[in-house]
Amino acid sequence: MNLHKLTSRLCPKATQKFRHLHIQSSGQQLEAVAVETASAEANPLSVFRTSERDPTYHSEGHSGQYYTLPPTHIQKLFPYGLPPRFQLQIKTFNEGCVMVRPPALELISYLKRADYSKPPLRYVLYGDIGTGKTMSLCHALHYCYSQGWLIVHVPDAHLWVKNCKELLPSSSRPSRFDQPIQASQWLKNFKITNERFLSKLKTTQRYVWTKRESTEKGQPLGELIDQGVNRMKSSSDVVGAVLRELRLQAGGATEGEGAFKLAVAVDGVNALWGKTSLKKEDRTMPEELTLIHNLRKMMKNNWSGGAILTALSQTGSVFKPRSAYLPSELLGEEGFDNMEPFVPVSVSNYNEKEFESCYLYYLDRNWLQHPHSRSEEGKKELIFLSNKNPSILERLCAFL
Amino acid sequence: SCSVVMLLRKNLAAAGPQKFTQEFIDKQVEEFEVGKRHLANMMGEDPETFTQEDIDRSIAYLFPSGLFEKRARPVMKHPEEIFPKQTAIQWDAEGRPFHFLFYTGKQSYYSLLHDVYEKILAIERHQDKMRNKGLFTSDTKQILLTGSRWLLKEEIEENLVENISVQDYMRLIQLMELLLSMPYCSLEEEFILKFRKQLEVQSSKYEIPALQYDPQGVAFSFADGRRKSAKASITLRDSGSGNITINGRNYLYYFPVLQNREQLMFPLLFVGMSGRFDIEGSVEGSGHSAQAGALRLAISRALLSFVSEGEVEKMRQAGLLTADPRIRERKKPGQEGARKKFTWKKR
Repeated sequence: MNLHKLTSRLCPKATQKFRHLHIQSSGQQLEAVAVETASAEANPLSVFRTSERDPTYHSEGHSGQYYTLPPTHIQKLFPYGLPPRFQLQIKTFNEGCVMVRPPALELISYLKRADYSKPPLRYVLYGDIGTGKTMSLCHALHYCYSQGWLIVHVPDAHLWVKNCKELLPSSSRPSRFDQPIQASQWLKNFKITNERFLSKLKTTQRYVWTKRESTEKGQPLGELIDQGVNRMKSSSDVVGAVLRELRLQAGGATEGEGAFKLAVAVDGVNALWGKTSLKKEDRTMPEELTLIHNLRKMMKNNWSGGAILTALSQTGSVFKPRSAYLPSELLGEEGFDNMEPFVPVSVSNYNEKEFESCYLYYLDRNWLQHPHSRSEEGKKELIFLSNKNPSILERLCAFL
Repeated sequence: SCSVVMLLRKNLAAAGPQKFTQEFIDKQVEEFEVGKRHLANMMGEDPETFTQEDIDRSIAYLFPSGLFEKRARPVMKHPEEIFPKQTAIQWDAEGRPFHFLFYTGKQSYYSLLHDVYEKILAIERHQDKMRNKGLFTSDTKQILLTGSRWLLKEEIEENLVENISVQDYMRLIQLMELLLSMPYCSLEEEFILKFRKQLEVQSSKYEIPALQYDPQGVAFSFADGRRKSAKASITLRDSGSGNITINGRNYLYYFPVLQNREQLMFPLLFVGMSGRFDIEGSVEGSGHSAQAGALRLAISRALLSFVSEGEVEKMRQAGLLTADPRIRERKKPGQEGARKKFTWKKR
């Protein structure tokens, strides 16, 4: 580790203490080397954590440190939003800790400064596999939630274009296809996340589902969602209706009860314009999927009063080579044209400070059991073998 | 009545007395010398200073052979090396043996033992003489034995032109050790060294790639490595930060398997320079494991120029510098694969 590089990167009022004696519960002592700067925010426990739980106040000074997600927020905001491995980690460690990293901080700063009377800005998180795009997206989403925005979160758009068990022809339009299971699942999650808005918002027009069922104008949104959850057949159309309502009402009233900002977060956004691996019974590819169609409409910036946060993903994508990670490659021509203009935010591997922080966190949680991994040699090995890639490091430490 | 006492023994003593007469061998030696001079003239070199290596080189040039078995290729060597050593007839016209130990069966071996014991007695007499004079000291000049080993049983058999058993060999070695244990054994140093063979120093065999310098003054070196039909060649640059690029891609994405990355890591971690170098490599052929092995060998070889002598020896002992000789075994006819046989039916 180059000390000089580290010190030059530190902010003057930073809490970057790397020289600390950290006493393990097992009685081992560990020393990491760097410069000590005491500050008011210094946490008595350890250097890689910060006690700041609200993403609103995260700043450059917190970069590289872990903050704990409040458990209530996890249940409400991220029922299925977090990456599966991270969910396992939460269960194991009994807490959800997310590292504050520059891409997320950048995104949050944009969100703070954006003008919400104009059409929404589109932010695209891109980077190599396993560098932390989904986690950064979740961090930014936590910020939005703590600010009181309405969250539309699609955890992985790839799930909607492949491995669907049921594919029904749409009831409303002849050439489209529905995915009832995915749609109703999503509606349930939406309900959990945005409960407080459901009674406040009202529908603006009448929706007819079948000959006998319809939702009148002026009904609370909660009813619409219940309709979709109960009647699986029309759930995809309900999704479309919900999204339409939100778009219309997002920029509407600037003050008063109906005011809210809309955050649309889609992970794996390249699935919307990529190929699908779904087929009908007589083995032809479907032309249009309702959910995908509605989501594409959402991506356009013809509404106001919110922001669109997206992240690309290669791992779940269909028919894309593994080395592709740039937006132009993964989105394809069509997607790129649709998404333009957007603000790209690149996510990369850990730098030395972040790696150090992650290593200390695992040690603190007693996750690295092997005695060699606690030595300097072991750390060098970890650096080499994972090349400071977050996901590879996590998988590596999983069996140590 | 030339009844052959030595019946049917292998190798040297086997063929019986003298298939080749001494005159025959002398004639061969003469012809060899003449032929050597002719060969030197043919190659345009000086006949006086024409060594065996030159002969080998010339023969390989004049008679190129594609045979795999090296011993089957044309060779021109001194008759001593070609014709096996044989014992001359050991009894006279009347059947009386020349040597007094003939009837032991292993006459040269026992005569050697006798010689050694003679020398031991001579040294003891010398010791007594020194004691009488009062000049007896224990710290006389000792014979240096490091870097050499006793001749093997096969080599002694070759020298004696006889077969000896393992117990005989042990007995001989014990006697030599006894000789060495006495002070004043330096008197017989010459005799003892005839039975010791020098060992070569292994690590001096490796050629260290040259260290070249960039325009900026950064040191770098090239090296190659091979493993099982995978060829790798790398450039190792100093003052880097541990980035490794293989065939244009990062090593994390080229080798998703952990084992291969560990292979790459091993030489750097062993010398303790893991974050110091930048490596740029290209590799082709075979599978991912073999490519990783080839890269590992190439990295170790490139590191030789950055590392001290002692470290080189340590690397050699760790096995980093040895090329893995294992290749894919050939499939044989009459079998499914290299080893797998067809189903065996009893009838």
